[in-house]
Amino acid sequence: MDKSAGQQLDHNRRRVLSGLGALGAGALLSGCDRLSNNDTVQQAVGSVENLTRKAQRLIASRQSLAQEFDASQIAPVFRPNGETNPQEPAYRQMAKNQFVDWRLRVDGLVSQPMELSLDQLRNLPSRTQITRHDCVEGWSCIGQWTGAVLGDLLDLAGPQDDARFVVFHCADHTYGGSDLYYESLDMIEAYHPQTLLAYDLNGEALPVANGAPIRLRAERQLGYKQAKYVMRVELVDSFKTLHGGKGGYWEDRGYNWWAGI
Amino acid sequence: MHTQLPADTNAQNRHLSAGRAQTSTTTIKRHSLTTRLWHWVNFITLIILLMSGLQIFNAHPALYWGEQSSFSQPFLAIHARKGADGSARGVVQLAGHEIVTTGVLGLSNSNGRLRERGFSEWATLPGPQWLSMGRNWHFLAAWIFGPSIVAYLLYTLISRRRRRLIFPTQAQWREIPTTLIDHARLRFHHVADYNGIQKLTYILVLFGLLPAMVLSGLAMSPTMNAAWPWITELFGGRQSARTIHFICAFSLVGFFIVHIALVLVSGVFNNLRSMITGRYRIQVSSHDETEKGHG
Repeated sequence: MDKSAGQQLDHNRRRVLSGLGALGAGALLSGCDRLSNNDTVQQAVGSVENLTRKAQRLIASRQSLAQEFDASQIAPVFRPNGETNPQEPAYRQMAKNQFVDWRLRVDGLVSQPMELSLDQLRNLPSRTQITRHDCVEGWSCIGQWTGAVLGDLLDLAGPQDDARFVVFHCADHTYGGSDLYYESLDMIEAYHPQTLLAYDLNGEALPVANGAPIRLRAERQLGYKQAKYVMRVELVDSFKTLHGGKGGYWEDRGYNWWAGI
Repeated sequence: MHTQLPADTNAQNRHLSAGRAQTSTTTIKRHSLTTRLWHWVNFITLIILLMSGLQIFNAHPALYWGEQSSFSQPFLAIHARKGADGSARGVVQLAGHEIVTTGVLGLSNSNGRLRERGFSEWATLPGPQWLSMGRNWHFLAAWIFGPSIVAYLLYTLISRRRRRLIFPTQAQWREIPTTLIDHARLRFHHVADYNGIQKLTYILVLFGLLPAMVLSGLAMSPTMNAAWPWITELFGGRQSARTIHFICAFSLVGFFIVHIALVLVSGVFNNLRSMITGRYRIQVSSHDETEKGHG
Protein backbone atom coordinates (compact mmCIF):
# COMPACT_ATOMS: atom_id res chain seq x y z
CA MET A 1 0.00 0.00 0.00
CA ASP A 2 1.51 3.32 -1.00
CA LYS A 3 1.52 6.43 1.12
CA SER A 4 -1.32 8.36 -0.55
CA ALA A 5 -3.68 5.38 -0.53
CA GLY A 6 -2.99 4.90 3.16
CA GLN A 7 -3.74 8.53 3.85
CA GLN A 8 -6.93 8.37 1.81
CA LEU A 9 -8.08 5.35 3.77
CA ASP A 10 -7.27 7.09 7.02
CA HIS A 11 -9.12 10.19 5.85
CA ASN A 12 -12.22 8.14 4.97
CA ARG A 13 -12.14 6.36 8.29
CA ARG A 14 -11.99 9.69 10.06
CA ARG A 15 -14.95 11.02 8.11
CA VAL A 16 -16.98 7.91 8.84
CA LEU A 17 -16.09 8.04 12.53
CA SER A 18 -16.92 11.72 13.00
CA GLY A 19 -20.09 11.31 10.90
CA LEU A 20 -21.19 8.44 13.13
CA GLY A 21 -20.45 10.55 16.18
CA ALA A 22 -22.58 13.47 15.00
CA LEU A 23 -25.36 11.13 13.89
CA GLY A 24 -25.29 9.35 17.24
CA ALA A 25 -25.50 12.57 19.23
CA GLY A 26 -28.37 13.88 17.08
CA ALA A 27 -30.27 10.59 17.30
CA LEU A 28 -29.74 10.48 21.05
CA LEU A 29 -31.23 13.93 21.57
CA SER A 30 -34.28 13.69 19.33
CA GLY A 31 -34.67 10.05 20.37
CA CYS A 32 -34.84 10.91 24.06
CA ASP A 33 -37.60 13.43 23.36
CA ARG A 34 -39.62 10.93 21.39
CA LEU A 35 -38.99 8.31 24.09
CA SER A 36 -40.29 10.74 26.72
CA ASN A 37 -43.70 10.71 25.04
CA ASN A 38 -43.98 6.92 25.00
CA ASP A 39 -46.11 5.51 27.86
CA THR A 40 -44.03 2.35 28.31
CA VAL A 41 -40.80 4.35 28.42
CA GLN A 42 -42.34 6.78 30.88
CA GLN A 43 -43.23 3.87 33.17
CA ALA A 44 -39.81 2.25 32.79
CA VAL A 45 -37.89 5.48 33.42
CA GLY A 46 -40.23 6.33 36.31
CA SER A 47 -39.83 2.91 37.93
CA VAL A 48 -36.37 4.02 39.11
CA GLU A 49 -38.43 5.69 41.86
CA ASN A 50 -38.83 2.27 43.53
CA LEU A 51 -35.07 1.77 43.61
CA THR A 52 -34.61 5.23 45.13
CA ARG A 53 -37.34 4.60 47.71
CA LYS A 54 -35.87 1.24 48.80
CA ALA A 55 -32.33 2.65 48.96
CA GLN A 56 -33.41 5.68 50.97
CA ARG A 57 -35.55 3.56 53.32
CA LEU A 58 -32.44 1.44 53.89
CA ILE A 59 -30.24 4.44 54.68
CA ALA A 60 -32.70 6.57 56.65
CA SER A 61 -34.00 4.84 59.77
CA ARG A 62 -37.64 5.19 60.78
CA GLN A 63 -36.60 7.70 63.41
CA SER A 64 -33.88 9.70 61.66
CA LEU A 65 -34.93 13.32 61.98
CA ALA A 66 -34.99 16.04 59.39
CA GLN A 67 -32.54 18.82 60.22
CA GLU A 68 -33.94 21.48 62.56
CA PHE A 69 -32.77 25.08 62.53
CA ASP A 70 -32.30 28.10 64.75
CA ALA A 71 -35.04 30.71 65.17
CA SER A 72 -32.69 33.27 63.60
CA GLN A 73 -32.83 31.32 60.33
CA ILE A 74 -36.61 31.60 59.88
CA ALA A 75 -37.45 33.23 56.52
CA PRO A 76 -39.21 36.63 56.81
CA VAL A 77 -41.99 35.37 54.51
CA PHE A 78 -42.73 31.67 54.10
CA ARG A 79 -43.16 31.34 50.34
CA PRO A 80 -46.65 30.06 49.44
CA ASN A 81 -46.89 27.84 46.37
CA GLY A 82 -49.55 25.90 44.46
CA GLU A 83 -53.04 26.96 45.53
CA THR A 84 -52.81 30.05 47.76
CA ASN A 85 -56.42 31.22 47.99
CA PRO A 86 -59.10 28.52 47.51
CA GLN A 87 -62.35 29.89 46.03
CA GLU A 88 -64.59 26.93 46.90
CA PRO A 89 -67.71 28.46 48.60
CA ALA A 90 -67.66 25.95 51.49
CA TYR A 91 -64.04 26.81 52.20
CA ARG A 92 -64.62 30.59 51.90
CA GLN A 93 -67.46 30.29 54.43
CA MET A 94 -65.26 28.45 56.96
CA ALA A 95 -62.41 30.91 56.48
CA LYS A 96 -64.81 33.83 57.13
CA ASN A 97 -65.74 32.26 60.50
CA GLN A 98 -62.11 31.64 61.52
CA PHE A 99 -62.66 27.91 60.92
CA VAL A 100 -64.89 27.42 64.00
CA ASP A 101 -67.15 25.21 61.82
CA TRP A 102 -64.21 23.28 60.39
CA ARG A 103 -64.03 19.59 61.34
CA LEU A 104 -61.30 17.11 60.58
CA ARG A 105 -62.61 13.67 59.75
CA VAL A 106 -60.42 10.67 60.53
CA ASP A 107 -61.87 7.52 58.97
CA GLY A 108 -61.26 4.59 56.67
CA LEU A 109 -59.47 1.56 58.10
CA VAL A 110 -59.67 2.67 61.74
CA SER A 111 -61.50 1.11 64.69
CA GLN A 112 -62.65 4.51 65.97
CA PRO A 113 -63.63 7.04 63.24
CA MET A 114 -63.47 10.59 64.61
CA GLU A 115 -64.36 14.18 63.92
CA LEU A 116 -62.24 16.89 65.55
CA SER A 117 -62.66 20.64 65.80
CA LEU A 118 -59.63 22.93 65.54
CA ASP A 119 -59.68 23.40 69.34
CA GLN A 120 -59.71 19.65 69.92
CA LEU A 121 -56.80 19.24 67.53
CA ARG A 122 -54.90 21.99 69.37
CA ASN A 123 -55.39 20.06 72.64
CA LEU A 124 -53.69 16.93 71.29
CA PRO A 125 -49.98 16.28 71.97
CA SER A 126 -48.10 18.81 69.86
CA ARG A 127 -44.63 19.45 68.54
CA THR A 128 -42.88 22.64 67.41
CA GLN A 129 -40.06 22.41 64.88
CA ILE A 130 -38.05 24.79 62.69
CA THR A 131 -37.47 22.98 59.43
CA ARG A 132 -36.52 23.62 55.82
CA HIS A 133 -39.21 23.20 53.17
CA ASP A 134 -37.70 21.87 49.92
CA CYS A 135 -39.82 22.45 46.84
CA VAL A 136 -39.56 20.06 43.89
CA GLU A 137 -38.86 23.16 41.78
CA GLY A 138 -35.58 23.62 43.63
CA TRP A 139 -36.05 26.43 46.15
CA SER A 140 -35.99 26.13 49.97
CA CYS A 141 -37.59 28.11 52.78
CA ILE A 142 -37.22 27.78 56.57
CA GLY A 143 -40.25 28.08 58.88
CA GLN A 144 -41.40 27.13 62.36
CA TRP A 145 -44.29 24.71 62.52
CA THR A 146 -46.50 23.77 65.47
CA GLY A 147 -49.03 21.01 65.11
CA ALA A 148 -50.57 17.79 66.36
CA VAL A 149 -48.28 14.78 66.03
CA LEU A 150 -49.98 12.67 63.39
CA GLY A 151 -48.88 9.37 64.96
CA ASP A 152 -50.64 10.25 68.23
CA LEU A 153 -53.82 11.18 66.37
CA LEU A 154 -53.71 7.92 64.42
CA ASP A 155 -53.31 5.97 67.66
CA LEU A 156 -56.50 7.59 68.99
CA ALA A 157 -58.37 6.39 65.92
CA GLY A 158 -56.75 2.94 66.08
CA PRO A 159 -55.50 1.88 62.62
CA GLN A 160 -56.65 -1.56 61.54
CA ASP A 161 -54.05 -4.17 60.64
CA ASP A 162 -54.62 -3.82 56.90
CA ALA A 163 -54.12 -0.03 56.87
CA ARG A 164 -51.05 0.69 54.70
CA PHE A 165 -51.38 4.34 53.69
CA VAL A 166 -52.71 7.55 55.19
CA VAL A 167 -54.50 9.74 52.64
CA PHE A 168 -54.99 13.48 53.16
CA HIS A 169 -58.03 14.93 51.39
CA CYS A 170 -57.97 18.69 50.88
CA ALA A 171 -60.53 21.46 50.35
CA ASP A 172 -59.00 22.96 47.21
CA HIS A 173 -59.12 22.23 43.50
CA THR A 174 -55.56 23.29 42.71
CA TYR A 175 -55.46 25.78 39.82
CA GLY A 176 -59.23 25.44 39.38
CA GLY A 177 -58.93 21.89 38.02
CA SER A 178 -61.56 19.19 38.49
CA ASP A 179 -59.64 17.11 41.04
CA LEU A 180 -59.43 17.95 44.72
CA TYR A 181 -55.87 18.07 46.00
CA TYR A 182 -54.87 14.98 47.93
CA GLU A 183 -51.70 13.31 49.11
CA SER A 184 -50.65 10.11 50.85
CA LEU A 185 -47.93 8.74 53.12
CA ASP A 186 -47.07 5.19 54.07
CA MET A 187 -47.29 4.20 57.75
CA ILE A 188 -43.55 4.68 58.35
CA GLU A 189 -43.64 8.32 57.24
CA ALA A 190 -47.05 8.90 58.91
CA TYR A 191 -45.67 7.72 62.27
CA HIS A 192 -42.42 9.66 61.95
CA PRO A 193 -42.03 11.90 65.04
CA GLN A 194 -41.78 15.08 62.92
CA THR A 195 -44.91 14.37 60.86
CA LEU A 196 -47.49 16.90 61.98
CA LEU A 197 -50.87 18.30 61.16
CA ALA A 198 -49.61 21.87 61.56
CA TYR A 199 -51.92 24.71 62.66
CA ASP A 200 -49.31 27.38 63.49
CA LEU A 201 -46.62 28.90 61.27
CA ASN A 202 -43.94 30.99 63.01
CA GLY A 203 -46.04 31.12 66.19
CA GLU A 204 -49.24 32.38 64.57
CA ALA A 205 -52.34 30.71 63.17
CA LEU A 206 -51.55 29.26 59.73
CA PRO A 207 -52.43 31.86 57.03
CA VAL A 208 -54.78 30.91 54.18
CA ALA A 209 -51.90 31.17 51.67
CA ASN A 210 -50.02 28.45 53.56
CA GLY A 211 -52.94 26.05 54.05
CA ALA A 212 -55.29 27.25 56.86
CA PRO A 213 -56.53 25.82 59.07
CA ILE A 214 -54.12 22.84 58.91
CA ARG A 215 -51.53 21.45 56.56
CA LEU A 216 -49.40 18.35 56.62
CA ARG A 217 -45.71 18.50 57.48
CA ALA A 218 -43.74 15.41 56.41
CA GLU A 219 -40.26 16.83 56.77
CA ARG A 220 -38.27 14.13 55.00
CA GLN A 221 -40.23 14.66 51.78
CA LEU A 222 -40.48 17.36 49.12
CA GLY A 223 -42.98 20.22 49.24
CA TYR A 224 -45.78 18.70 47.16
CA LYS A 225 -46.31 16.07 49.88
CA GLN A 226 -47.13 18.81 52.43
CA ALA A 227 -50.87 18.91 51.65
CA LYS A 228 -52.63 22.18 52.55
CA TYR A 229 -56.30 22.81 53.53
CA VAL A 230 -56.60 19.25 54.93
CA MET A 231 -60.23 18.21 55.59
CA ARG A 232 -60.05 14.47 56.02
CA VAL A 233 -57.50 11.83 56.99
CA GLU A 234 -58.38 8.44 55.52
CA LEU A 235 -56.56 5.18 56.18
CA VAL A 236 -56.54 2.81 53.22
CA ASP A 237 -54.85 -0.39 52.09
CA SER A 238 -54.38 0.96 48.56
CA PHE A 239 -54.95 4.24 46.75
CA LYS A 240 -55.77 2.61 43.42
CA THR A 241 -59.43 3.68 43.58
CA LEU A 242 -58.73 7.30 44.55
CA HIS A 243 -58.72 9.93 41.77
CA GLY A 244 -55.98 8.97 39.28
CA GLY A 245 -54.84 6.06 41.46
CA LYS A 246 -51.26 7.24 41.99
CA GLY A 247 -51.67 8.45 45.58
CA GLY A 248 -51.58 12.20 45.08
CA TYR A 249 -52.59 15.18 42.96
CA TRP A 250 -49.11 15.65 41.44
CA GLU A 251 -48.46 11.91 41.38
CA ASP A 252 -51.50 11.59 39.08
CA ARG A 253 -49.72 14.13 36.86
CA GLY A 254 -46.44 12.21 36.54
CA TYR A 255 -44.54 13.10 39.70
CA ASN A 256 -43.06 10.36 41.88
CA TRP A 257 -45.03 9.11 44.86
CA TRP A 258 -41.69 8.78 46.69
CA ALA A 259 -40.75 12.41 47.24
CA GLY A 260 -37.59 11.82 49.28
CA ILE A 261 -35.31 13.21 46.55
CA MET B 1 -12.01 -2.59 5.93
CA HIS B 2 -9.28 -2.51 8.50
CA THR B 3 -5.68 -3.14 7.52
CA GLN B 4 -3.19 -3.66 10.27
CA LEU B 5 -0.05 -1.85 9.13
CA PRO B 6 3.36 -3.17 10.14
CA ALA B 7 4.17 -1.52 13.39
CA ASP B 8 7.77 -0.46 13.08
CA THR B 9 8.07 0.42 9.40
CA ASN B 10 5.10 2.70 9.14
CA ALA B 11 6.21 5.37 6.71
CA GLN B 12 3.08 7.47 6.77
CA ASN B 13 3.44 8.23 10.45
CA ARG B 14 7.07 9.15 10.29
CA HIS B 15 6.30 12.71 9.26
CA LEU B 16 4.70 13.27 12.68
CA SER B 17 8.11 13.17 14.24
CA ALA B 18 10.00 14.96 11.50
CA GLY B 19 13.13 16.60 12.83
CA ARG B 20 13.63 14.02 15.56
CA ALA B 21 16.35 11.55 14.94
CA GLN B 22 15.51 7.91 14.40
CA THR B 23 11.91 7.66 15.51
CA SER B 24 9.30 5.18 14.43
CA THR B 25 5.85 4.27 15.63
CA THR B 26 4.26 1.23 17.16
CA THR B 27 0.73 0.38 18.29
CA ILE B 28 0.06 -0.45 21.90
CA LYS B 29 -3.03 -1.40 23.84
CA ARG B 30 -3.78 1.80 25.74
CA HIS B 31 -7.25 1.46 27.30
CA SER B 32 -8.62 -1.61 29.04
CA LEU B 33 -12.11 -2.83 28.22
CA THR B 34 -13.32 -1.55 31.63
CA THR B 35 -12.02 1.94 30.90
CA ARG B 36 -13.52 2.00 27.40
CA LEU B 37 -16.93 0.78 28.60
CA TRP B 38 -16.87 3.22 31.49
CA HIS B 39 -15.91 6.08 29.17
CA TRP B 40 -18.82 5.56 26.76
CA VAL B 41 -21.37 4.82 29.49
CA ASN B 42 -20.25 8.09 31.09
CA PHE B 43 -20.52 9.90 27.78
CA ILE B 44 -24.20 8.93 27.45
CA THR B 45 -25.21 9.25 31.10
CA LEU B 46 -23.45 12.61 31.55
CA ILE B 47 -25.23 14.07 28.51
CA ILE B 48 -28.59 12.83 29.87
CA LEU B 49 -27.72 14.13 33.35
CA LEU B 50 -26.72 17.55 32.01
CA MET B 51 -29.75 18.05 29.78
CA SER B 52 -32.31 16.70 32.27
CA GLY B 53 -30.52 18.76 34.93
CA LEU B 54 -31.10 21.91 32.87
CA GLN B 55 -34.77 20.89 32.59
CA ILE B 56 -34.94 20.64 36.41
CA PHE B 57 -33.09 23.96 36.78
CA ASN B 58 -35.67 25.61 34.50
CA ALA B 59 -38.43 24.88 37.06
CA HIS B 60 -36.83 27.57 39.24
CA PRO B 61 -34.05 29.19 37.22
CA ALA B 62 -32.25 30.90 40.10
CA LEU B 63 -29.39 29.94 42.43
CA TYR B 64 -28.62 30.99 45.99
CA TRP B 65 -26.00 30.51 48.68
CA GLY B 66 -26.70 29.08 52.11
CA GLU B 67 -29.46 26.90 53.48
CA GLN B 68 -32.50 28.54 51.84
CA SER B 69 -33.52 30.78 48.95
CA SER B 70 -33.14 34.54 49.35
CA PHE B 71 -35.67 35.14 46.60
CA SER B 72 -35.05 38.87 46.09
CA GLN B 73 -31.25 38.45 45.95
CA PRO B 74 -30.31 35.39 43.92
CA PHE B 75 -26.66 34.66 43.16
CA LEU B 76 -27.70 33.80 39.61
CA ALA B 77 -31.06 34.19 37.90
CA ILE B 78 -32.11 33.53 34.31
CA HIS B 79 -35.45 35.10 33.43
CA ALA B 80 -37.38 37.43 31.13
CA ARG B 81 -38.29 41.01 31.86
CA LYS B 82 -39.57 44.07 30.05
CA GLY B 83 -36.86 46.30 28.59
CA ALA B 84 -36.97 50.09 28.48
CA ASP B 85 -38.81 49.99 25.11
CA GLY B 86 -41.51 47.72 26.52
CA SER B 87 -40.40 44.59 24.65
CA ALA B 88 -39.54 41.41 26.57
CA ARG B 89 -35.92 40.35 26.79
CA GLY B 90 -34.14 37.38 28.29
CA VAL B 91 -31.56 38.26 30.90
CA VAL B 92 -28.97 36.54 33.06
CA GLN B 93 -28.30 38.18 36.41
CA LEU B 94 -25.08 37.12 38.07
CA ALA B 95 -24.02 38.59 41.41
CA GLY B 96 -25.65 41.93 40.63
CA HIS B 97 -24.58 42.18 36.96
CA GLU B 98 -27.01 41.73 34.09
CA ILE B 99 -26.44 40.42 30.57
CA VAL B 100 -29.11 40.39 27.82
CA THR B 101 -29.42 36.87 26.42
CA THR B 102 -32.69 36.93 24.43
CA GLY B 103 -33.06 33.87 22.21
CA VAL B 104 -30.74 31.66 24.25
CA LEU B 105 -31.32 32.18 27.98
CA GLY B 106 -34.34 33.58 29.79
CA LEU B 107 -36.45 34.07 26.67
CA SER B 108 -36.28 31.65 23.78
CA ASN B 109 -38.24 30.07 20.97
CA SER B 110 -40.66 27.34 21.99
CA ASN B 111 -43.40 26.01 19.71
CA GLY B 112 -43.07 28.92 17.31
CA ARG B 113 -42.99 31.85 19.72
CA LEU B 114 -40.72 33.42 22.33
CA ARG B 115 -41.41 32.12 25.85
CA GLU B 116 -39.86 32.67 29.24
CA ARG B 117 -37.50 29.75 29.88
CA GLY B 118 -34.18 29.38 31.69
CA PHE B 119 -32.29 27.30 29.14
CA SER B 120 -33.54 26.85 25.56
CA GLU B 121 -35.44 23.77 24.43
CA TRP B 122 -32.46 22.38 22.49
CA ALA B 123 -30.47 22.17 25.72
CA THR B 124 -33.04 20.41 27.92
CA LEU B 125 -34.41 16.89 28.22
CA PRO B 126 -37.28 16.68 27.49
CA GLY B 127 -37.31 19.77 25.26
CA PRO B 128 -40.59 21.36 26.45
CA GLN B 129 -41.11 22.32 30.10
CA TRP B 130 -41.77 18.97 31.83
CA LEU B 131 -40.21 18.80 35.28
CA SER B 132 -41.47 15.34 36.34
CA MET B 133 -40.05 13.68 33.21
CA GLY B 134 -36.79 15.60 33.55
CA ARG B 135 -36.47 14.29 37.10
CA ASN B 136 -37.14 10.72 35.98
CA TRP B 137 -34.44 10.87 33.28
CA HIS B 138 -32.06 12.50 35.77
CA PHE B 139 -32.48 9.84 38.46
CA LEU B 140 -32.30 6.97 35.97
CA ALA B 141 -28.97 8.27 34.64
CA ALA B 142 -27.79 9.07 38.18
CA TRP B 143 -28.38 5.46 39.25
CA ILE B 144 -26.05 4.34 36.45
CA PHE B 145 -23.48 7.11 36.88
CA GLY B 146 -23.26 7.15 40.71
CA PRO B 147 -22.50 3.48 41.41
CA SER B 148 -20.15 3.28 38.42
CA ILE B 149 -18.02 6.23 39.57
CA VAL B 150 -17.79 4.73 43.07
CA ALA B 151 -16.71 1.37 41.66
CA TYR B 152 -14.24 2.99 39.26
CA LEU B 153 -12.61 5.14 41.94
CA LEU B 154 -12.27 2.20 44.34
CA TYR B 155 -10.74 0.11 41.55
CA THR B 156 -8.34 2.94 40.68
CA LEU B 157 -7.22 3.26 44.30
CA ILE B 158 -6.83 -0.50 44.82
CA SER B 159 -5.08 -1.44 41.57
CA ARG B 160 -1.36 -0.60 41.51
CA ARG B 161 -1.35 -0.46 37.73
CA ARG B 162 -4.16 2.10 37.72
CA ARG B 163 -2.53 4.16 40.46
CA ARG B 164 0.59 4.41 38.29
CA LEU B 165 -1.62 5.38 35.35
CA ILE B 166 -3.28 8.26 37.20
CA PHE B 167 -0.74 9.69 39.65
CA PRO B 168 2.24 11.62 38.16
CA THR B 169 5.79 10.35 38.68
CA GLN B 170 8.39 12.70 40.16
CA ALA B 171 9.83 13.27 36.68
CA GLN B 172 6.39 14.20 35.36
CA TRP B 173 5.90 16.75 38.15
CA ARG B 174 9.21 18.40 37.12
CA GLU B 175 8.26 18.31 33.44
CA ILE B 176 4.91 20.05 33.93
CA PRO B 177 6.16 23.51 32.74
CA THR B 178 7.67 21.98 29.60
CA THR B 179 4.52 19.99 28.97
CA LEU B 180 2.43 23.16 29.31
CA ILE B 181 4.60 24.96 26.73
CA ASP B 182 4.38 21.99 24.37
CA HIS B 183 0.59 21.94 24.67
CA ALA B 184 0.40 25.69 24.00
CA ARG B 185 2.38 25.08 20.80
CA LEU B 186 0.09 22.16 19.94
CA ARG B 187 3.11 19.87 20.00
CA PHE B 188 1.91 16.52 21.28
CA HIS B 189 4.10 13.58 22.18
CA HIS B 190 2.38 10.35 21.41
CA VAL B 191 3.74 8.12 24.12
CA ALA B 192 2.33 5.27 26.14
CA ASP B 193 1.98 7.09 29.44
CA TYR B 194 -0.14 10.15 30.26
CA ASN B 195 1.84 13.32 30.89
CA GLY B 196 1.73 15.36 34.11
CA ILE B 197 -1.01 17.77 33.01
CA GLN B 198 -3.19 14.95 31.75
CA LYS B 199 -2.80 13.12 35.04
CA LEU B 200 -3.54 16.19 37.15
CA THR B 201 -6.61 16.95 35.04
CA TYR B 202 -7.90 13.40 35.39
CA ILE B 203 -7.28 13.47 39.14
CA LEU B 204 -9.22 16.74 39.41
CA VAL B 205 -12.12 15.37 37.37
CA LEU B 206 -12.15 11.82 38.77
CA PHE B 207 -11.56 12.61 42.43
CA GLY B 208 -12.92 16.17 42.48
CA LEU B 209 -15.68 17.07 40.07
CA LEU B 210 -17.39 13.70 39.60
CA PRO B 211 -17.70 12.87 43.33
CA ALA B 212 -18.74 16.49 43.97
CA MET B 213 -21.56 16.05 41.45
CA VAL B 214 -22.84 12.93 43.22
CA LEU B 215 -22.50 14.35 46.73
CA SER B 216 -24.02 17.78 45.98
CA GLY B 217 -26.86 15.95 44.24
CA LEU B 218 -27.50 13.77 47.29
CA ALA B 219 -27.23 16.87 49.51
CA MET B 220 -30.43 18.21 47.92
CA SER B 221 -32.52 15.16 48.88
CA PRO B 222 -34.63 15.77 52.02
CA THR B 223 -34.51 12.08 53.01
CA MET B 224 -30.71 11.97 52.58
CA ASN B 225 -30.56 15.17 54.59
CA ALA B 226 -32.33 13.42 57.48
CA ALA B 227 -30.19 10.27 57.16
CA TRP B 228 -26.76 11.84 56.53
CA PRO B 229 -26.95 15.54 57.37
CA TRP B 230 -23.14 15.85 57.03
CA ILE B 231 -23.42 15.81 53.24
CA THR B 232 -25.56 18.95 53.15
CA GLU B 233 -23.40 20.56 55.85
CA LEU B 234 -20.30 19.82 53.77
CA PHE B 235 -21.62 22.15 51.07
CA GLY B 236 -22.84 24.83 53.50
CA GLY B 237 -26.57 24.21 53.14
CA ARG B 238 -29.04 22.91 50.58
CA GLN B 239 -29.10 25.96 48.31
CA SER B 240 -25.30 26.13 48.32
CA ALA B 241 -25.28 22.45 47.35
CA ARG B 242 -27.63 23.23 44.45
CA THR B 243 -25.40 26.11 43.31
CA ILE B 244 -22.25 23.95 43.58
CA HIS B 245 -24.04 21.14 41.69
CA PHE B 246 -24.63 23.67 38.88
CA ILE B 247 -21.07 25.07 38.94
CA CYS B 248 -19.52 21.58 38.90
CA ALA B 249 -21.82 20.57 36.02
CA PHE B 250 -20.56 23.50 33.96
CA SER B 251 -16.97 22.78 34.99
CA LEU B 252 -17.53 19.34 33.47
CA VAL B 253 -18.90 21.00 30.33
CA GLY B 254 -15.66 23.04 30.27
CA PHE B 255 -13.60 19.86 30.68
CA PHE B 256 -15.64 18.24 27.91
CA ILE B 257 -14.92 21.14 25.50
CA VAL B 258 -11.16 21.14 26.19
CA HIS B 259 -11.13 17.32 26.06
CA ILE B 260 -12.82 17.29 22.63
CA ALA B 261 -10.55 20.09 21.36
CA LEU B 262 -7.43 18.18 22.41
CA VAL B 263 -8.76 14.93 20.98
CA LEU B 264 -9.29 16.76 17.68
CA VAL B 265 -5.91 18.51 17.46
CA SER B 266 -3.77 15.65 18.77
CA GLY B 267 -4.93 13.06 16.25
CA VAL B 268 -8.63 12.38 16.26
CA PHE B 269 -8.42 8.98 14.60
CA ASN B 270 -5.71 7.59 16.87
CA ASN B 271 -7.53 8.92 19.95
CA LEU B 272 -10.97 7.65 18.96
CA ARG B 273 -9.57 4.25 18.03
CA SER B 274 -7.82 3.96 21.39
CA MET B 275 -11.13 4.58 23.18
CA ILE B 276 -13.08 2.17 20.95
CA THR B 277 -10.71 -0.72 20.23
CA GLY B 278 -8.09 0.11 22.86
CA ARG B 279 -5.25 0.36 20.31
CA TYR B 280 -3.12 3.52 20.24
CA ARG B 281 -0.17 4.39 18.02
CA ILE B 282 2.83 5.85 19.82
CA GLN B 283 6.22 7.23 18.83
CA VAL B 284 9.25 5.25 19.83
CA SER B 285 12.61 6.96 19.86
CA SER B 286 15.45 4.52 19.17
CA HIS B 287 18.00 6.31 21.33
CA ASP B 288 15.51 7.19 24.05
CA GLU B 289 14.46 3.76 25.21
CA THR B 290 13.73 5.08 28.71
CA GLU B 291 10.41 6.40 27.46
CA LYS B 292 9.13 2.86 27.48
CA GLY B 293 9.87 2.74 31.17
CA HIS B 294 6.85 4.89 31.98
CA GLY B 295 4.38 2.63 30.27
